[in-house]
This record gives sequence, C-alpha cells and structure tokens, in this order.
Amino acid sequence: MSEKVLMKGNEALAEAAIMAGCKHYFGYPITPQTEVAAYMAKKMPKVGGVFLQAESEVSAINMVIGVAATGKRAMTSSSSPGISLKSEGISYLAGCELPALIVNVQRGGPGLGGIQPSQSDYYQATKGGGHGDYKLIVLAPNSVQEMVDLTFKGFDLAEKYRMPAMLLCDGTMGQMMEPVLLNQGEIKTYDKSWATTGTGNHEGRNVVNSLSLNPEELEVWNHRRYDRYKIAQENDVMYEEYLMDDAEICIVAFGIASRVSKNAINQARAKGIKVGMIRPITLWPFPEKVLKKASEKCKAFISVELNMGQMIDDVRLAIECSKPVYLCNRTGGMIMSPEEVLASIIKANGGNE
Amino acid sequence: MKRITLFSGHYGSGKTNASVNFAVSLAKSGKKVSVYDMDIVNPYYRTLDAKDRLNAEGVHLVVSGFANSNVDLPSVSAESYAMIHDKSRYAVVDIGGDDRGALVLGRFSEEIKAENDYEFIYVLNKFRPETRDIESAFEVFNEIENACKIKFTAIMSNGNLGKETTKSDVLEGLEFSKEFAKKVGLPVKYTGVWGELLDKENFDINNILRLELINYLNF
Repeated sequence: MSEKVLMKGNEALAEAAIMAGCKHYFGYPITPQTEVAAYMAKKMPKVGGVFLQAESEVSAINMVIGVAATGKRAMTSSSSPGISLKSEGISYLAGCELPALIVNVQRGGPGLGGIQPSQSDYYQATKGGGHGDYKLIVLAPNSVQEMVDLTFKGFDLAEKYRMPAMLLCDGTMGQMMEPVLLNQGEIKTYDKSWATTGTGNHEGRNVVNSLSLNPEELEVWNHRRYDRYKIAQENDVMYEEYLMDDAEICIVAFGIASRVSKNAINQARAKGIKVGMIRPITLWPFPEKVLKKASEKCKAFISVELNMGQMIDDVRLAIECSKPVYLCNRTGGMIMSPEEVLASIIKANGGNE
Repeated sequence: MKRITLFSGHYGSGKTNASVNFAVSLAKSGKKVSVYDMDIVNPYYRTLDAKDRLNAEGVHLVVSGFANSNVDLPSVSAESYAMIHDKSRYAVVDIGGDDRGALVLGRFSEEIKAENDYEFIYVLNKFRPETRDIESAFEVFNEIENACKIKFTAIMSNGNLGKETTKSDVLEGLEFSKEFAKKVGLPVKYTGVWGELLDKENFDINNILRLELINYLNF
C-alpha cells in the first residue's frame, strides 16, 4: 500500500510486523493492547501465518522462544502486568541470544493498576525486568507512523545483535488513530547459522540454551553479549532534536509526553524562552552523548514522563549531574497538559516568563 | 425523521463522532434527544468525552458508569431500555465496532423492529484498511447485520484521514460510499465532514453532517 490509511496504533504495528515477515504471533488479551491480538487473529490465517492465543502470558513468551530458536521472526504483545508475567521468558530469550519482538502498550501500575496510558515500565524495559545481566533494544514511538517504522527497526536490530527488542508504547499510542504510510521497510538478512533447523548436511547440532554448568563459561557468555551491547550503543542510538540549536533549557521526553512537550515548547518560545527537546527514540541504547553535549550549553533539563520519575535517572547519569534536572510528571493513567509542562519550563527558567 | 437513529460500522469508522454530532444537530433543531452509548468494545474514546458539549446542548447522555474508568467491563447502562420505552424522546445510539460491538444491540432488536421507526446507519471510511475495498466493507457490513439482527437502512460516508483530511479525501470517500451503497441497495444518507474543513472549503454535497471533534489531542 503506498497511499495513506487511517489506523489505530495497535493495528498499525500488527500490520507492520506481518509486513516485516513475522508469521508467528503468540499473545493473550489485555487492555489497551488487545487490538494487536485481534488484528493478528484476523490477518495471520490470510497470510499463512500463525496466530495463537496462549493459555497465559507465560506460555505465549515461551512459544516465542521456540519459534525464535528456529531463526524465524516471532513476536508477542501485552500491557504492563502481562509483561511482568513474560519477564522470565524475556530473560531466557536474552540468555539464549535470540532475536524477537515484544510489544508493551503500557497502562498504569503497579499491580493490576488501571487501563489508562502510562510510561511507568521504563525501569522494567531498560534496566532488566527479568533476572540476570542483559539488555533489550527498547524503542519508543511517538506517532502511529513510528509504530510502523519502529516495528521494522525492532525486528532488524534484534536480529543484528541477536537479542530481544521491545516496542515500548503507552496506551495512547496503541489506541490513537492517525494517518500512516504502510511502507514496505527494508528487511535485511543476517547470519542465522545458529538456528535449530535440523542438522541438514552438516555435522553436529545447534543448541539454543541459557543454562551453563560451568561458571567460567557463563562469564564468557555474558562478556560476549555485552561486547555486542557496546556495538549497539555505538551504532544504533536514535533520537530526535527539536529546537535545540539555541536552547538553554532542554526537555527530555519520549512517546506521548514528547508530543505534549512539543506543544509546550512552542508556547514557551512564543514567550521568548529558549527551550528545546531531545526525544530519545531508543530508550536503550540511551542517547547519552547528545545529552552530555547539550549539558555544555543548557542551564537546566526537564524530564517529562508519565510515571513517578524513572528516565530522569538516566538523564542525570548522561549529563553526570552537571546541571539541575527537574521532573514534570503525571502518573496512574493521567497525561500532563501542555500548560503543566509550560509551568515546569518557566520554573526551570528561574521563574522568568 | 425517524425516532431512533443507530450508528454502527467498522471500529474506527467514526461512529462515536457521528452519534455525538448528529444528536447535537437534532437538539439544535429543537428536538428532545438522548444519546445511548452502547460501545462495549473501546476502552478509551467514548461519548463521555463529549459530555460537557452534549449537556450544553441539552442532550441527555446514557452511558455505562464504568466508561472512561479503570474498570474494563463490557457493560451498558440499565437506562438503555429508555431507548425503547421513552417514546417522547429521539434516540441516537452509538454501537461498538464490528460484529463484536453490534452483538449488544441484539437484545433490543426485536423491540426496535416492532416499533419500526428507526434508521440504522452503516458508517463507512474508505481510508480504514479493513474497509478499503467494496468486498471487505461488505464483509464487515454482513458481520454486523448477522450479529445484531437488524438490517441496515442507510450509509453514512465518513472518508477521512484524521486531521490530515482534505476535500479530495472527502470526495473520494463519498464516491466509494456511493458505489458501496449501490451494491447493497441503500441510500447514502449523510456525509461526515469536519467543521474545520467545512469552514475552509466549499462542498457541493447534499446532507453534510458537520463533525466537531471530540477528545481531540492537540499534540
């Protein structure tokens, strides 16, 4: 399809996954991501793919591990509480060095929380969630179009680095409708000689496993994986800069919070306040270098988030606490208004309007 | 004007917007109107978002107490029966998307048909991928009719690409709706056009339903 169509974020990412060659989806319904599963249920049989509603989130993620081990593109999606259930399997994917895409359309937490949008799984996505030394590629779309583009990117980076990738959206991204171009993104092919596809005509067999009986060997595995993480940190950081050329105050925000912030920045600019934004698109790897560079000329930072303040830690680390970092936040399923962000900007500007 | 107007269609076709704006237009013409929110599918965007505007126009809103809350229950208000029994008021009914959403109407369909004073409108947006061609639009149309046990009586053309919608999108959507209407032997009763676009462009179309956006995220 080359013309624009009107799609809900959840549908758009599901269609993008199919276009990216994912023929294996395993899920379990939960608001506000249920449309992903509903779309897959309708579409997968038509393209010769597999849609399977597992008996639980734990089953779904383990089915993903099974398909990923064969080198095929596999995905699952859920919302916050469901991702907690999948976290064991995500750790196993990381340990087995398997690429896969996990979608989290976040809702308010902790516990069962609520169904309204949230970004309070930032720590879970970027700092672990599951156990052990591992990272996920974490992509944060801020439009329905990016839901499409970053789904392609997620599968690509997952295969490039042999690690699971997560599309971290908030409920608004999943539920909002916007025009999108369903462009057929590039599908690169990577070496998959590790895949368990039968012995064929070679000797020996491939084993996909995260268990090591030998601590020396497990240490080597962990180092080998972190060497690849380092390459990702060097080469695949994505971010967007908005009015940063002369900015004295730098907002850091992702997802829906970045759109509210953009509106507030325009209002502040109209008042003559020099404020800009760095929007991380990859939450891991985090855009540390560009933030560090911004800290050389900005007098203050504001982390705008739909949680109690999680990404703010990474902002402080990136700029080595060299400048004050303020928090502008709402939580529990609430979204800040542009006016609330504007008030934070004025505060960071020393109260000067 | 029929006493009951029901809006149904593929989810995301614009049913809620159509219902709210249609009810307001009825109220402006001096009629006593109630809006019945029968959406058991969509947890986020609801008639409730337009509550203040509906109240200001004197439209009575009947909606589940759980709408827009954190309680994710597919429920409708007990007051929904007033749609059938309170014949002193016009009823505008917003039905959830697809056959799953339409199922809820089945419970009222016998009484609606018995009164026989209703319009059942299929809202169609050709820019939604799942109703992009006549065949798939027909599939959704059939699924809904089978689920709710009432036959559609009219089509509303609602071709749009959200806030990027242009005049030519509206016209392209209308052409598509006309072709579809011909296939199913029904009239295109309304064409939805956003207020902002209507103020900018001249449209040589009959029966335009002016749509003011509800829950419009201006960021």
